[in-house]
Amino acid sequence: MPAFPEAAHEAVHNQTLRGNLRHATHTIRAKRANAVAEVSDWAELREAGKQIKDHTLRHLDRYLVQLEESVTAAGGTVHWAADADEANRIVTSLVKATGESEVVKVKSMATQEIGLNEALEAEGVNAYETDLAELIVQLGKDRPSHILVPAIHRNRGEIREIFAREMSEWGRPAPEGLTDTPAELADAARLHLREKFLRAKVGVSGANFMVAETGTLVVVESEGNGRMCLTLPETLISVVGIEKIVPTWQDLEVFLQTLPRSSTAERMNPYTSMWTGTTDEDGPRAFHLVLIDNGRTDTLADEVGRQALRCIRCSACLNVCPVYERAGGHAYGSVYPGPIGAILSPQLRGTESEIDASLPYASSLCGACYEVCPVAIDIPEVLVHLRERVVQGGAVTREGAKVVLKPAKGHAAERAAMRAARWAFGRPGVLRTGQRLASRTRRFHPRTLPGPGRAWSETRSLPAVPAEPFRDWWQRTKGGQETRGGKDTSK
Amino acid sequence: MSSRELILARVRRALADVPQDDTPYDQAFARPYLREHGHRSVAATVDLLAGNLADYRALVHRCTAGELAGTIARLLAERGSAAVSVPVGLDPEWLAATEVTRVPDSAADTPAELDRVDSVVTACAVAIAETGTLVLDGSPDQGRRRITLVPDHHICVVRVPDQVVSSVPQGLERLDPARPLTWISGPSATSDIELDRVEGVHGPRTLEVVLVSGE
Ligand code: SF4
Repeated sequence: MPAFPEAAHEAVHNQTLRGNLRHATHTIRAKRANAVAEVSDWAELREAGKQIKDHTLRHLDRYLVQLEESVTAAGGTVHWAADADEANRIVTSLVKATGESEVVKVKSMATQEIGLNEALEAEGVNAYETDLAELIVQLGKDRPSHILVPAIHRNRGEIREIFAREMSEWGRPAPEGLTDTPAELADAARLHLREKFLRAKVGVSGANFMVAETGTLVVVESEGNGRMCLTLPETLISVVGIEKIVPTWQDLEVFLQTLPRSSTAERMNPYTSMWTGTTDEDGPRAFHLVLIDNGRTDTLADEVGRQALRCIRCSACLNVCPVYERAGGHAYGSVYPGPIGAILSPQLRGTESEIDASLPYASSLCGACYEVCPVAIDIPEVLVHLRERVVQGGAVTREGAKVVLKPAKGHAAERAAMRAARWAFGRPGVLRTGQRLASRTRRFHPRTLPGPGRAWSETRSLPAVPAEPFRDWWQRTKGGQETRGGKDTSK
Repeated sequence: MSSRELILARVRRALADVPQDDTPYDQAFARPYLREHGHRSVAATVDLLAGNLADYRALVHRCTAGELAGTIARLLAERGSAAVSVPVGLDPEWLAATEVTRVPDSAADTPAELDRVDSVVTACAVAIAETGTLVLDGSPDQGRRRITLVPDHHICVVRVPDQVVSSVPQGLERLDPARPLTWISGPSATSDIELDRVEGVHGPRTLEVVLVSGE
């Protein structure tokens, strides 16, 4: 995986991609501002969302146990997975136990994060993505580039092309003479996928929220493919990160107001499904919840970085980010793109690889992401914190154990970081947009100084002013040959 | 050690810096946000519901209880529906004026059979005005979740004003989390293709809401 600057470099030169991204992010951004302005208590909702999530994280062990009890009491089965491999093994064996070799999936970042589709495929199970955008991505043998609109990098002509070419490989072919109007394309997807839904025996989903008190899971969506996957199959397997808990039923009143407005700029998304275990004769007969850690407890161990676990994946921070707008989602080298990806991926995966070490630098630190975040994650603060970690090293938690990272001095990671800094500085537009936004929107600038080179310069603290001029010292010690350990032995 | 124990132990270790805090959850922090946005008369709340539903491209109709059967019959006829899915607890009076074939909601039906139905008529549990949302909770007059999903045309009847609340917080208060819940705000939609909104990829492409008043 190339570091952010190389990947971004390619993206910046892709005209179609940049045009699509610009159009999309600006459109969503403007709509979102209206949707937020409609609710006069936005600031209070945001604060409540932050506090609920923080409280949950501070007592996560307690709420996990409570959730497990409630889900079990409601007829579900709870599984725990420490890492991606374990989660994949659990899901694969659950699918195999049903005797099926096909599953329908509703878009889920957690399953993308663990590479579930590939793991299932390796075991002979086909996983069909059913979200229109995910279908476009999957048929195009591509990767998603946005949390909310994963195929944002494709325009209608490309989508028509992909459908016409690929649909027959997977099932019902695209209709003859398919044009590139969105309505026709959506209809082709409807027909193609309906075939799969109606015969599916196993559904796989993620969840936006899990309520500890009641054991309720919540999936928020627009198209209805989620409802298809959640209600038609006989077996439902939900794979969810342990941070997605809210303590009480009432807490949903906060997030069901902030999530849709922040994310799709709607008062409410078209469909929200909530289920508590299983219900007789309505929906799946078997429900499995797979709780995944996969780096989340390590993130939790970081006092500054743990706030990233508040994220409700609304994608608002992507749409305001001047760097994301130009670089696109793929440059982030992970399922979590944009500002949230820049702080979440290096925490979930560690900063050892070049891409992860470069991600905290993929930002102009303008603060627009913090301003829009409905759970008030101070992304710039975490970015600066992670830059320090990359450059200075220090104690971190990896797979539950404390390890001490070496400073990245002279290391590939540092070079990557410095290239990223140059990349942003070499693009006045990126910084200018950032600064304009900053002056208009950000009231609380990061506690530490902004600027991608900052962490680097800070760790190379200037030497104290020498007591003796260099020339004198040279003369006195004959170039240091006669001194060891600073003791003057020349006299 | 099981992964469960492993993860819980990791969580506890990760939180070593967090001071013990036994404040009960309901006292842990205030909820300073509003219970509803603005004060409206009952009629204004119903108008807001109608406006927000229409804004999200649901087709909204109003009638009195006495006109309901006629209204439903007309909507089914306009649509050319031949078969309609019917929840077991739906008031039979609602379909008294139509000749279309009734397909009772049954667990034995396969999804493919349901796919051959043209329309579905249901009641709802509660409607939220500020967001233009209908919530179905699987009660006998609403049926299984899938019957409002697979057919392409959904007619949902809301009794006004008693089933209408202003806000999301008020809506949640009225719902039972133990039931399977479906929140519907406008017809199925996607904006995945160049952000153009297209109605209906998978759910019903047409959502008609009948606001019925009086007895
Ligand atoms: S970090 Fe905040 S703004 Fe970004 S996706 Fe998460 S919740 Fe949304």
